[in-house]
Amino acid sequence: MAEVSAELVPFEAAMARYEPVIGLETHVELGTRTKMFCGCLTSFGARPNTQVCPVCLGLPGSLPVTNAAAIESTIRIGLALNCTIASWCRFARKNYFYPDMPKNYQISQYDEPLCTNGWLEVTVPDVTVHAGDAPPQRVRVEIERVHLEEDTGKSLHKGGATGRIHGADYSLVDYNRAGIPLVEIVTRPIPRTGALAPLAARAYVTELRDLLRSLDVSDVRMEEGSLRSDVNTSLVPKGSDQWGTRTETKNVNSLRSVERAVRYEIERQAAVLDAGRRVIQETRHFHEDTGTTTAGRSKEEAQDYRYFPEPDLVPLAPPPAWVEELRAALPELPSARRARLQAEWRLSDLDMASIINAGALDLVAETIAAGATGAGARKWWLGELRQRANAAAVELSALAVTPAQVARVSELVNSGALNDKLARQVLEAVLSGEGSPDEVVAARHLAVVSDEGALLAAVDEAVAAHPDVAEIVRGGKTAAAAVLVGAVMKATRGQADAVRVRELILERLS
Amino acid sequence: MPITRDEVAHLAHLARLALTERELDHFAAQLDVIISAVARVQEVAAEGIPATSHAVPLTNVFRPDLPDVPVPCLSPEAALAGAPAVEEQRFRVPRILAED
Amino acid sequence: MTAELTTMTAAELASAVAAGEVSAAEVTEAHLDRINEVDTQVRAFLHVAHAVARSAARAVDARRAAGEPLGPLAGVPVAIKDIFVTADMPTTCGSRILAGWQPPYESTVTRRLRDAGAIPLGKTNLDEFAMGSSTENSAYGPSRNPWDLGRVPGGSSGGSSAAVAAFEVPLATGTDTGGSIRQPAAVCGVVGVKPTYGGSSRYGVVAFASSLDTPGPLARTVLDAALMHEAMSGHDPCDSTSIDAPVPPVVAAARQADVAGMRIGVVSELTGEGYQPGVMARFAEAVELLESLGAKIVEVSCPHFRYALPAYYLINPSECSSNLARFDAMRYGLRAGDDGTRSAEEVMSLTRGQGFGAEVKRRIMLGTYALSSGYYDAYYGKAQQVRTLVIRDFDTAFEQADVLVSPSTPTTAFPLGERVDDPMAMYVADLATIPSDLAGNAALSVPCGLSAEDGLPVGLQIMAPVLADDRMYRVGAAVEAALRERWGHHLLAEAPALSTGSEGTRWPR
Repeated sequence: MAEVSAELVPFEAAMARYEPVIGLETHVELGTRTKMFCGCLTSFGARPNTQVCPVCLGLPGSLPVTNAAAIESTIRIGLALNCTIASWCRFARKNYFYPDMPKNYQISQYDEPLCTNGWLEVTVPDVTVHAGDAPPQRVRVEIERVHLEEDTGKSLHKGGATGRIHGADYSLVDYNRAGIPLVEIVTRPIPRTGALAPLAARAYVTELRDLLRSLDVSDVRMEEGSLRSDVNTSLVPKGSDQWGTRTETKNVNSLRSVERAVRYEIERQAAVLDAGRRVIQETRHFHEDTGTTTAGRSKEEAQDYRYFPEPDLVPLAPPPAWVEELRAALPELPSARRARLQAEWRLSDLDMASIINAGALDLVAETIAAGATGAGARKWWLGELRQRANAAAVELSALAVTPAQVARVSELVNSGALNDKLARQVLEAVLSGEGSPDEVVAARHLAVVSDEGALLAAVDEAVAAHPDVAEIVRGGKTAAAAVLVGAVMKATRGQADAVRVRELILERLS
Repeated sequence: MPITRDEVAHLAHLARLALTERELDHFAAQLDVIISAVARVQEVAAEGIPATSHAVPLTNVFRPDLPDVPVPCLSPEAALAGAPAVEEQRFRVPRILAED
Repeated sequence: MTAELTTMTAAELASAVAAGEVSAAEVTEAHLDRINEVDTQVRAFLHVAHAVARSAARAVDARRAAGEPLGPLAGVPVAIKDIFVTADMPTTCGSRILAGWQPPYESTVTRRLRDAGAIPLGKTNLDEFAMGSSTENSAYGPSRNPWDLGRVPGGSSGGSSAAVAAFEVPLATGTDTGGSIRQPAAVCGVVGVKPTYGGSSRYGVVAFASSLDTPGPLARTVLDAALMHEAMSGHDPCDSTSIDAPVPPVVAAARQADVAGMRIGVVSELTGEGYQPGVMARFAEAVELLESLGAKIVEVSCPHFRYALPAYYLINPSECSSNLARFDAMRYGLRAGDDGTRSAEEVMSLTRGQGFGAEVKRRIMLGTYALSSGYYDAYYGKAQQVRTLVIRDFDTAFEQADVLVSPSTPTTAFPLGERVDDPMAMYVADLATIPSDLAGNAALSVPCGLSAEDGLPVGLQIMAPVLADDRMYRVGAAVEAALRERWGHHLLAEAPALSTGSEGTRWPR
């Protein structure tokens, strides 16, 4: 089925002649404790077929009962996306046969989604002209609908080539995932983003992920599949007022892939159009390893899903008072939080954008919360650490260093215990698994105070400064010594051996 | 509008029913009779009449995410007991043609 | 004693067991003996659960011996239509595709009956997945009408109606989707009740047409039906369409058995053309009887009922086509043609082609057609509008009458084989029963005599508004009592004795 090699037009050349339109359908597994229509747990990674019951296995005679928390989460998502919440709507059955779908219909919503007509504003970095210098572009993404449905089971393909579905001899199905609540968020076509289209798609999914995380409705882990985006892409010649034929790219499992998938489709479709052929409306699969897409099922002949109202479930009619209660209780959303943090940290739009673009907002915020200054946190995450992440082609958050560790390094630098050069060495060592900054400093003898006399003086100072704590420790509660250890460590700019400090304190107070 | 044999074959495919040629002939004739009989619903003046999907007008029937008394799942043994084929504690099924 | 036990009513058996006059074990053995004697002719049962029944009986007797409280049906045998899933008996739905399937869970209705102390004797025959009016669509062969073994016992709950009429069991469960309790009850001369939709739980009842399926009781007397109705019904959190309201006081109503002052509506659209003369004659007598008992008879018109049958044969197959999609050879049941080369899709199609009978295939294709994008509005959408109009007709009629009456079926039991190749002829058996399924209101069939042409039982259908099930029990019990007084015996006493080794069991004259 895979195409031998698709012709591509270089991105810039494609952008010179065509205008892309993108759209995204995002599936989010809700973080409810139990499934959508039964009481089975939803834990990730359980042994196969251990979280199944007659309902989620679709056994004859079983019936669904809706999880209230799933409805509540969906309404909260709708409200956070500025949607209208339906005053009355129904679930529908989507009928098609597939072995991982226990009933051979999916309980979903069709023409009566729970939430409609919303929007989400996203900030797209303009890196096309002068990387990092141009002001970010704000794009208002229109949300067509947010609806609720159930997830399917998972198949393991046996025989044939490397676990792929094609060429497999048979498959093994695990229904633990079947029936986990899945929210589908569908955008309207997003026009006029031009060459920013790949970045806009990525920025939208990023913003959506952050929003969902702030709502605490899902763990939004793309790598575990709890957030999955299908990316629609079409091209029209510049200046045309027609719609192009769109492809729907599935299997896009990271933010970076979202961007790459759009970019690849633009380059591929431009080549198709340049050659005077037409783009086929079809599903395409993204391949992480090659950054390419290949054709799946053609959608020219539409599937007939024979939707009809789900007779086993009664209509939903969320009382307006409940909806307003949920609206009032929404947490601070990412856009509002960004505005607040920017003000608190006193950053320019550009500085703030650089943090956001690097995907470092939460990391910077946590680093500051752990004691670092704003400048220090920004400097380390956007400098040394971003280079490392880029070199390894991973997200910043995937680096093996915690905000608290970065804060500690920053603190050591600010206190004069380390200079920048030493600090970079420390970070490098932390990333390669040598331990915490303090452990690295100690192990590498980067600047350890080893003078027992100086330490004893610091201990005496700490005891004198915290007589009440000293009294508690004397009383036998040695755990309280941690306060004094902290004081000594602070006084010695973190260059002391904390274990030895603790011993000295306990000796002094015994 | 009579239903054709081809249409019946298409319906059988949609419904995953392998039918013999004889069955196709037989059902095509019968379905044609039945469909023309049930098409009588189209005679009803139903302008502006709402559709009824549920016999009894209930709304908002929910269960709590975590019930007071948890409902135990089936053991994997019970879940798989009726399966035509099992391997690695999973339902073994014939090769799957790609959905997309 | 054995023969006497099998002719006792459920109410009598329950009080005899409670009083210690007879043990549950004796009652159970008597009924198992009876099944052994006559079921080779009647063929009501697909599965007789000797061990399950005996163990349940022992449990009842042990409770009694220990002085523990007994349930309202303690020691009363019950047969279960083989569409209710049971954790200790196979469940086939009368289909090859589920041959030998042992469910890992229990339906709410059967669990409640067991909790009430009822003794499950086994699973009864039915038209495959409840699609039919004769049990001839069962993959395991038809059941016979105890009144005439050459005739059908009705359907789809025909195994249950035959078992009750043949004194194999005093009570049986059924499910009514288009008349599948009332029609077999009527043609076998027993009582059959379709409760208000949502009044009895569908959890564990293999779905046929979800918005119509209603579990209910079959019994030989109205009071017995009420006792079973009360024990099996009530809110079930596992069924979203279950109504969270108290069960209507049906037992009290059956004991009250009084129609004085009630307004009883005769539905003009459910009489006349298409109804057998003998059926119409018995119906007319029943109406006169009700009037003589002090009821006020009014004629009501439900003009949209004539579209109920076509609307039903769109809604029902549509839901059915979706509900039966799960029988695909992947997780349970039959798997055909899996030779290691065929794809899952091919194996699904082959299995369904081999595992389903003709009527099931017809309905699946009809429903697939009606739900297809190009036809949805003209068929399924229109049928749902008709459903609204039928409900409105009922609403109007129930403003003029407390209950509505009609014949339960257009004809008496028809000969085996007569309609098997003519789906439309089979479908009209549900002419009078379908409106209440579409509207979800309660309806009951009670025997009202024998048709002059063929000497076979005729049923009187009594329909009550949603959640007013008690009203039809009042009326049904009054008719039953008055007719019994007139005849001097129960109608079943006129049924021919089935040949058995010993003296045949027959309702005492």
